[in-house]
Amino acid sequence: MGYESVPGLVETREAFGETTLVVDPARIAEACLHLRDEEAFNLLVDITATDYLGWAEAGVAGYYATAAGRDLNDPAAQGYARVPEPKPKRFTLSYHLLRVADDSARVRVQVWLDDGEAVETVVPVWPTADWHEREAWDMMGIPFTGHPNLTRILMEDDWEGHPLRKDYPIGGEPVRFSEAE
Amino acid sequence: MATVERGPAIYAGSRIPQPVPTILKADPAIEDVLTVNFGPNHPSTHGVLRLIVDLHGEHVVGLSAVIGYLHTGFEKTMEQKTWWKGVTYPARIDYVSFQYNELVYVLAVEKLLQLEVPRKATWTRMALGELARIHSHLVYLGTAALELGAISMFWYCFRERDLVLDLFELVAGTRMHTRYFQVGGLAEDIPVGFYDEARAFCRRMPQALDEYEGILNSNAIWLERTRGVGVLSAADAIALGQTGPNLRASGVDWDLRRREPYLAYDEVDFDVAVRFGGDVFDRYKVRVDEMRESTRIVAQCLDRLEEMQGEPWIADDRKVVLPPREELHTSMESLIHHFKIVTEGFRVPAGEVYVGIESARGESGCYLVSDGGPRPWRAKFRAPSFAALHATAACCADAAVADLIAIVGSLDAVMGDVDR
Repeated sequence: MGYESVPGLVETREAFGETTLVVDPARIAEACLHLRDEEAFNLLVDITATDYLGWAEAGVAGYYATAAGRDLNDPAAQGYARVPEPKPKRFTLSYHLLRVADDSARVRVQVWLDDGEAVETVVPVWPTADWHEREAWDMMGIPFTGHPNLTRILMEDDWEGHPLRKDYPIGGEPVRFSEAE
Repeated sequence: MATVERGPAIYAGSRIPQPVPTILKADPAIEDVLTVNFGPNHPSTHGVLRLIVDLHGEHVVGLSAVIGYLHTGFEKTMEQKTWWKGVTYPARIDYVSFQYNELVYVLAVEKLLQLEVPRKATWTRMALGELARIHSHLVYLGTAALELGAISMFWYCFRERDLVLDLFELVAGTRMHTRYFQVGGLAEDIPVGFYDEARAFCRRMPQALDEYEGILNSNAIWLERTRGVGVLSAADAIALGQTGPNLRASGVDWDLRRREPYLAYDEVDFDVAVRFGGDVFDRYKVRVDEMRESTRIVAQCLDRLEEMQGEPWIADDRKVVLPPREELHTSMESLIHHFKIVTEGFRVPAGEVYVGIESARGESGCYLVSDGGPRPWRAKFRAPSFAALHATAACCADAAVADLIAIVGSLDAVMGDVDR
């Protein structure tokens, strides 16, 4: 089965029995529409944003040890030898698609994004994308153009920062009712 | 595509609100709109859900959901913990069908490791998973009926639910959040006496289900409040990402256990419950039928498991799996392995995987990214409740405020799962 006709297709990867289609972020909505209408991927399972800040580097919050930056005082760092390949940009969005039909199939559509780079919404393609995109905005700070209601969903409205980013501090939230106030 | 759907169309066209799919906006032409804040501590919100409801008389004309009250940052926390320690967290995400989240995480790590699991572990996972499905559906049935006034159902369902929890306690020592599934297999062997207790439960459960249906199926109040309420067509259900019982109640014959068999579901005999009304009643009926099927699956698993007495329950890969406890006193290598796995954690090859399984609420998925280190780079859970709660606005066409409670209950969203 080939996905060569998907608009904006950059690369097709096969790993662990899963197909990943890397797509040009400018054409994501077009590609998704194609996959829904031509390939019958009628159900959007999930949209996941991943932050690759510090991938294959040492010394970034949330990252533990590469071969070059191994900290001998950190037991978690011992014996770590493999340096993963660097990534082209900081963020990915992974759209997990499912074909609900007798010839069921799954595919992952992936786009690579820089910080603040906006991507077109897929809510008109699959209405269920609404909350998934709001979650990606809330947790990772990925802006979606054309989204009907892009507001925070899990964190409160006046929250600062995007908690799932790798440079977001752990335990760094302000304490409201401390005695210092 | 159409071959999966059966039965007549539930309604023509789409009822998904436009332009915002998950917010029903009140028509500005309607006067006398009363906005009511529903939650976050209303007893029928299954956790802490807040609904802002616009009412015209008794009719729901506008609706928006505010979620996040139970957001706990599990995904962020899991990035800080080793793969081995991370097993504890998923069970707390969906705290009603906890075994399934544990299972999906463990399956995803095993997929990255390409680790073979002994068949005894596979069958035990199936048996306990189906018990978790029964447990989850019993909680649904008890609370959903309670919210509509059938308080006796709550007592009956929780009576049987306690039996399931007793079985979990027998196996794992804890009643909930068992942390019994490990990467590579199970934490311990199944204890003596489990089979007899589980068989007794399997004998009892069909009678209990008959009792439930005897109470509800001909109960005029129950029928009046559930039939034709909160309808969702097959096309809308798919567009809104519904899976599991909510999708099957809308006439879509879709069950991952059948369509993409994982564990050993291709070796057991069961039927997929499908109904065609798409209303609250059919969602109830699908879940009751599923409990019957789950009981059948558990019985078949027990038959197979009893043939596997004495077989290993965890993979023999010392780089991943903790060595047997008794070896720690005699073997230096085992002690080192134990120490390394507990402190440093085992390393998982770099890559990204997605695993989806049929949990009690639908497709529960786990997306993992590994950089080859001892911790997940990213762990993301696809929560079926998150999608289920989506559908509330589409289900609320012509709904009265009392129906809203029936609808939210029937979609069976667990807020821990929604908010993660």
